[in-house]
Amino acid sequence: MADSRRSWQDRLIALLLERATPTDPEAAERALARLVQVLERQREAPRGERIAPVVRNGAHRWDHDLIERHVAEGVSVLDLGCGSGTLLKRLMETKRVRGQGIEIDAENVMQCIANGVPVFQTNLDDGLAGFPDESFDYVVLEETVQTLHRPVFVLTEMVRVGKRGIVTFPNFGHWQVRLDLALSGRMPVTRAWPYEWYESPNIRPLTVRDFQAAAADHGIRIVEGQVLTDGQVRPLDADDNLFAEEVMLVIEKA
Amino acid sequence: MNPHDEEAIRKLFPPGALDDPTCVGLTRAKTVRLLDETSPLKLEVGESIAPVDVEYETYGELNEDKSNAIVIFHALSGDAHVAGWDVTAIETGRRWRLRKPGWWETMVGPGKPLDTRRYLIICANFLGSCYGTTGPSSVNPATGRPYGLSFPIVTVGDWVRLQVMLLDYLGIERAYAVVGGSIGGQQVIEMMLAYPNRVEKAIVLAASAKLSAQGLAFNAVGRHTIMSDPHFDGGDYYAAEVPAQGLAAARMLAHITYLSEVGMEMKFGRRLQDKSRPDFDFGIEFEVESYLAYQGQSFVERFDANSYLYITRAMDYYDAAAKWGGGDLTQACARVTGNVMIVSFSSDWLYPPAQCRELAIALCQCRHPVTYIEVPSSYGHDAFLVETDVVGRLLTDYLDRRDGDG
Repeated sequence: MADSRRSWQDRLIALLLERATPTDPEAAERALARLVQVLERQREAPRGERIAPVVRNGAHRWDHDLIERHVAEGVSVLDLGCGSGTLLKRLMETKRVRGQGIEIDAENVMQCIANGVPVFQTNLDDGLAGFPDESFDYVVLEETVQTLHRPVFVLTEMVRVGKRGIVTFPNFGHWQVRLDLALSGRMPVTRAWPYEWYESPNIRPLTVRDFQAAAADHGIRIVEGQVLTDGQVRPLDADDNLFAEEVMLVIEKA
Repeated sequence: MNPHDEEAIRKLFPPGALDDPTCVGLTRAKTVRLLDETSPLKLEVGESIAPVDVEYETYGELNEDKSNAIVIFHALSGDAHVAGWDVTAIETGRRWRLRKPGWWETMVGPGKPLDTRRYLIICANFLGSCYGTTGPSSVNPATGRPYGLSFPIVTVGDWVRLQVMLLDYLGIERAYAVVGGSIGGQQVIEMMLAYPNRVEKAIVLAASAKLSAQGLAFNAVGRHTIMSDPHFDGGDYYAAEVPAQGLAAARMLAHITYLSEVGMEMKFGRRLQDKSRPDFDFGIEFEVESYLAYQGQSFVERFDANSYLYITRAMDYYDAAAKWGGGDLTQACARVTGNVMIVSFSSDWLYPPAQCRELAIALCQCRHPVTYIEVPSSYGHDAFLVETDVVGRLLTDYLDRRDGDG
């Protein structure tokens, strides 16, 4: 590899890693090795495949496993943006939870009904006006916060209606996403962010640090966090703004 | 039935009507005297009435543990004839039933959403109506003449209590589901509040816990047109000419409230009726006028004006929050134990989505699981009858789940 090329790559990586202050030198090495691989493929690959996409844990929902492990038997769970109701169906079956879904899309609502999941069709951005304070043990917001017009309002509603909230979202601060933007100058299209900017429902891309800052500013405490990275789930770490592909955060009223 | 008779009956109905495998076929309503003079029905407003006969139809079979009964509550102008072809249409003078099957033929039958191979479907005509259950056109035993306006005021609560008496008579402790649209939906609401333990699943279509001021206003105008008809005669018109013009006008007005602005625009626009230029007079010029005139006329053939007065009044008075929660719908909903699905339709302005939603929110306030869906439709209030694909799918899926749905 030509020296001149190496030097700008090194400087870029140094910049990225410096900001994240890695605590695990081996992980930084692995990231670096992949980065070099990626860069070499960069020129030929079509858009959306240029950068090795941020992947979910196969077809299996990693966050469903986590949430199932997290909630106790028989609790109540309100799932905001519950889609076709798969999480609630699972929790109702395995944990006998009292489940209630909220969903805006009519087809998804129909699927919930077919799945036997109680579902209230409404727009989350309108809030949870009908639900009393602490009327659920958990309020779940799965892969949805980045689609909301009023995300902070919805988060504060979550910790009002629920004793605890569980939020999951893909991390726009992941190094591959940053690199794609930096190198191509175009909005990243990856598997976790699969849409072109003009058709994306993800109108509010955010990073782990963005979430932490917004929570701190709006009276929300992050109780615990888990991240998905390289197919592994582990507790949230200081440099995960760079390495987390997806995060799950448990929140409550500060 | 001998083959000759069978052939004669087939000829009464449209060709092929009796060959449809998804139709329940020929039907014959049953009538039962649920209360007689020894035990009159005490009505909510305080008066009593006896005897009380109830006309009802059933399709399908009750299973061994009596757990598969579904009760349908009909709407204002509906009746117990939900599906199939009425073999008694001529002898009962309901000849329009020779041309049309039951009013919810699209939903009820073998393999349909309310599947008569799986469920026993029950529908009873409500008190005060004119299709076989005791009403203002019935003979008052005290006078030997039709009740007319001496018929007592009946309420949604009375209807539901009578329905439960019918379930008792049929030996059914708990209905698997109760379903109804419009004022039928209000009976579903009343059923889940008044008899929570007798319902497993309640399905409310295009109905809210009370009628709005706008709805009250429409009903008031409808009654006014009937009562100001020169033939109304204080409701004592049964031996003479009926108040046809008044009843037709009431129906025309009501029909406007069943459609939506967009729906009417799509269906009729400003098209003229069978002409390319207007006649510049006060006859029927536009298609929409012709439609309403037809609806008014055909209604007169099959409905009693006094019944219209009593039923719209019952609709006016119903207020679930006032009756069961001291004005607080949430407090009222604390009574509910079964599963509830509420379906509203986007262009319905008689029972608008925002009002249907209030009931769903009240259930949420009670920490009770609820399913609420707003179906996009341009058909207005009529959508609950017209949007057969989506309503059919909702009913099928909701009824299909027998466990695990909270």
